[in-house]
Amino acid sequence: MKLAELEIDVDLMSLTPVKRSHSVCAQGGINSVNDQTRQLGDSEYLHFDDTVYGGDFLQHQPPVDEMTLWAPKIIDLMDRLGVPFNRTPEGFRDQRRFGGTLFKRTAFAGATTGQQLLYALDEQVRRWESTGHVTKYEGWDFLGPVLDANGRCRGVIAQDLVPMEIRSFPADAVLVASGGCGLIYGKSTMSMACNGSAASRCVRAGVKYANGEFIQVHPTAIPGADKLRLMSESARGEGGCVWVPRTPQDPRPPLDIPESERYHFLEQRYPAYGNLVPRDIATRKIFNVCVNEGLSVEGDRQCVYLDLTHLSREMLDKKLGGILAIYEKFQGVDPRDVPMKIFPAVHYAMGGLWADYERTAEGRLAPASPTNQQTNVPGLFAIGECDYQYHGGNRLGANSLLSCIFSGLFVAPGVQTMLRSLSGGSAADQDASLYESHRAQHQQEHDRLLRRPGGGENPYVIHQQLGQTMTNAATVVRNNQQLRDARAKIEELAERTENCSLSDTGNWTNQNVVFTKALRDMFSLSRIILDGALARDECRGAHYKPEFDMPGVDAQDPAERLRQAEAWCDKFEQKNERWLKTTIATLDSQGQPQLSYEDVDTSLIPPRPRLYGLVGAEVIEQVWKERQEKKSAADPSGNTG
Amino acid sequence: MSSNGNAQHGCDSFEVRVLRQDAPGQPSYWCRYGVAYEPDMNVISVLQKIASESTTTDGQHTAPVAWDCNCLEEVCGDCTMLVNGRTRQACTALVDRLLKDNPEEIELRPMSKFPVVRDLLVERSRMFAALGRVKAWIPVDGYYELGPGPRQSQAQQQQAYPLTECMTCGCCLEACPQYTRIELERRDGESDADFSTQRNAAHDRGFVGAAAISQAMLFNDHPTGQMNAGERLDALTAEGGLQICGNAQNCVAVCPKEIPLTTSIARAGRATTLHAIKQWFDR
Repeated sequence: MKLAELEIDVDLMSLTPVKRSHSVCAQGGINSVNDQTRQLGDSEYLHFDDTVYGGDFLQHQPPVDEMTLWAPKIIDLMDRLGVPFNRTPEGFRDQRRFGGTLFKRTAFAGATTGQQLLYALDEQVRRWESTGHVTKYEGWDFLGPVLDANGRCRGVIAQDLVPMEIRSFPADAVLVASGGCGLIYGKSTMSMACNGSAASRCVRAGVKYANGEFIQVHPTAIPGADKLRLMSESARGEGGCVWVPRTPQDPRPPLDIPESERYHFLEQRYPAYGNLVPRDIATRKIFNVCVNEGLSVEGDRQCVYLDLTHLSREMLDKKLGGILAIYEKFQGVDPRDVPMKIFPAVHYAMGGLWADYERTAEGRLAPASPTNQQTNVPGLFAIGECDYQYHGGNRLGANSLLSCIFSGLFVAPGVQTMLRSLSGGSAADQDASLYESHRAQHQQEHDRLLRRPGGGENPYVIHQQLGQTMTNAATVVRNNQQLRDARAKIEELAERTENCSLSDTGNWTNQNVVFTKALRDMFSLSRIILDGALARDECRGAHYKPEFDMPGVDAQDPAERLRQAEAWCDKFEQKNERWLKTTIATLDSQGQPQLSYEDVDTSLIPPRPRLYGLVGAEVIEQVWKERQEKKSAADPSGNTG
Repeated sequence: MSSNGNAQHGCDSFEVRVLRQDAPGQPSYWCRYGVAYEPDMNVISVLQKIASESTTTDGQHTAPVAWDCNCLEEVCGDCTMLVNGRTRQACTALVDRLLKDNPEEIELRPMSKFPVVRDLLVERSRMFAALGRVKAWIPVDGYYELGPGPRQSQAQQQQAYPLTECMTCGCCLEACPQYTRIELERRDGESDADFSTQRNAAHDRGFVGAAAISQAMLFNDHPTGQMNAGERLDALTAEGGLQICGNAQNCVAVCPKEIPLTTSIARAGRATTLHAIKQWFDR
C-alpha cells in the first residue's frame, strides 16, 4: 500500500488470499512506547534496549533503533486505518504488558490483534486494487526469482495453483514478504502456508540466509493432531500464571490442589519479570521442569498449567475472549473454569533472508536508501518474518507485528529511489528470452516431477519424519551429537524425497505436486538451520547448548564470589569475541550450506550479559559495570562496542 | 489415550464420505475412505491422512482430495466446507464430537454457493469483490505521520470489534436462501482477462450478502469511515444490494464468530431508508 501511495504499480502474489495470511494468528499485540509509559520513564531508547537485550545483542542495532523510533507512529497509523484497539474509559488506546519488558507497551485489539492489523492493511490494499495500482495474484506459488547475466533480479516465475500454468512476471523490484518456515518442524504454531519455500527458492538463487539456527519456541501452545495452536503471551500479560503441582503427576483436579502445593516456578525463579520472562527463558524453564525435574502435569507428555481461573470472567472475556475461545473450541474445556494445559512449540524464525541497511552517522537508517531491506541480490528485497534483521537471537512478544509493518513501510521509499536510477534499464528493456529461459526451466522441472516413475516414497510421511527430526534436534535444547545425527537423517530423507511417488499427476489444482515441491525446498533450510546450530558452540537467545552454558556465581565467600564473577565476565567477553556474529549461509553447487560469519553492529548499546534469573546475577552485573566504566574511561568517544 | 478414544465410539477406525469433483463442469461423485482413529483429531487431520494414503475403502487408489486450509485456528476462514451437512470450518470440526453425533461416518461436501474448483475447494473471490463493492476501508489521506486516529469510547470499540472479526469465510452466504451460486462457463476462445471481466460483472450484479453488509456498517460506524457513509449506502441500495435480503436470519445462526449479522442488516436497512429520504429532499 505504501508502494501504491508512491505511485508504484504492484503485482501482489500469495499462496492464499492475502486476507487469510498467517498474521491472522498473531494474537497479543504490537509494541511501542506510548504517552503513559513515557511518563513512567519509558522511551524509544528503552524499547530499543529491551529488544536488543532480549535478542542477546545479535541484531545490527541501527535497524532496531529506527524501528523502535517508528513504533509510536506505526500504532497511530494503524489506529487511523480503523484497527479497533481496546480503549480506556476515557477513550485512549489501552496497553498491556508483554514478555521481556517492565512497561505496559503493547497496544492490542482483543486477542486478535494480528488479524485486525492484517485486515486493516488488506482493506487498504483492496482500495488500491480498486484504483488499479495493485493487481492481486492469489493462489499463485512463487517458484523463483529471475536473475539476469549480471545477477540482478528482473522479476519472478510463478505458478497458478489451479490450472498449474507457469508464468513469468517481469519486475523492476521484487519484495519477498513470505513469513516463516515452521512447516520444516512438521507441527508448529505456524499456518500451512508457512513452508519457507519462497525463502528457500531465493537462497537457491543465491540470496544469503542469516541466523537460520535461531528458532523461537513459544512456551505456551495447545497440543493438536494437525498443528500446535498458540496460547498467546497476553494470557500471562493479563495475569495468567504458570505452575505445576509439587507432587509429580498429582492426580487431583488442578483447582483442588492447595496453593502451598503449587510450584510457581517462573515467579519464584524470576521475581522481577515473573511469568513474563522472555520466551526462550520461559520455554527452557518449562522444558526443564517437565524433563529434568519430572514435574510435568501428565506422565506421558510434557505440559504445565497456565492458570487464569483467579481472574474475573468479565475482564477475561473483554481482553482475551478470542484466544480463550480457541482453547475452548479445540480442547472442549473452558479455561475460565479450569487451568489450561500447555507446552512449548516452534513459533517463529528469527533468522531469514539476509538484508542490508544504510547506516547514518547517528546510527539510524538512511531514509529512502535502496540499500535498506535489500538482499545481496540487487533488486530483491526481504521484509517481514522472512527477513532476519530485527530480532537477533530471540524475538520479544508483540515485536513481530511491529517489525513486519515497519519494514514494509520503510522499504517503499527506498524502492522508489532505486526505480529512479535502474542500472541496465527496466524490466521492459530486458530481452524476452531472459524470462522465457527461466520459465522453461521451471516448466521442465514441473513436468519432470509429474512424469518421473516414482519409487514408492510418500511425501507426507517424509514430511512427518523431517518434522520429528528437526523438532528433536533443533529446538529448546541442542547438543552436537544429536545435531550431527539429524544432519545425516536429513540427507537420507532428502534422497528418499527424490523417489516420491505422486498420487496425482494431473495438471489441475494438483496439491500433491505443490506439496512435494515445497518439501524438497525444506531441506535447504533444514540443512542451514542444523549446520548453523552445530557450528555455534555457545548459548545465545533461543540457541541453547547445555555443554556451553555459563552457570552463575554460587560461592558464599565475598572474595571468591568476586573472583568467580570476574572469571564469568572474562568468559563472556571471549564468547562474544568468537560468537557475537551473524551466521551467513549460502548454498554451494551441491546445494550444501557454506557458513561464514559477519560482525554485528553493536555501536549504540554495548552488549551486556543477559542475566534473567541467573544465580549471582548481582555480582556479575557489578563486575560487568565496572569493566564497562573502565573501558569508557579509556575510550572517551563512548564507543565501547 | 487411544483406548480412551475407542471407548467413546467403539471402534479403531471410522469412515469418511467425500463428495468429489475433478474440475469445474465435471460431474460430482462420492468417495469413501477409512481412517484410523487417533485422539484429538479434527477434519483437517482426517483430510491430511486421506491425502497421505489416498486409498478408498474398496482399495481403489485415487488422487488426493483437494481442499483449502491455512491457519487451522479458525481465524483465516480458508477451510470452510459442509461437514455432516453443516457449513463450518474443518479445523474446529472435532472428530470425537462428530462421531458422537453420527458414529457411522463423517460426510464432507464443498460449499454449494460457490463454484467448485476441485473436490472441497471452491472459488470465493466473489466475497472479496463484495468488500470492494461496499468500499470496506477507511479512506485515509495517506500513510504519512498524521497523529493518532479519532478517540473512541469503549462502547464504540465493543460494537466494532465483533464485526471486525469477520474472516470472509462464507458460512453466512452458504446458509442464505437469497445468495445463489454464480458459475460462468468460459466462452470458446475467451481470454483470461475477458473471462474475469465477465465474471466480475456478474459478481457485481449478484447479491452482496450478509458479510459485506455488516462490513459496510462497521466502516459507517467509524468516525473517519462515516465521512463516506453515503457511498457505502449507495452501494447497498444498488442492484444486488440489501433489498435482496429475505430476512431468513440463517446467516447469524451459522456464523462461526457469532457476529450480529442480522443487527447489522437491520441497521443497514434503517440507514439506507434515511439515506434515500435525505437524497429525495436534497434533490
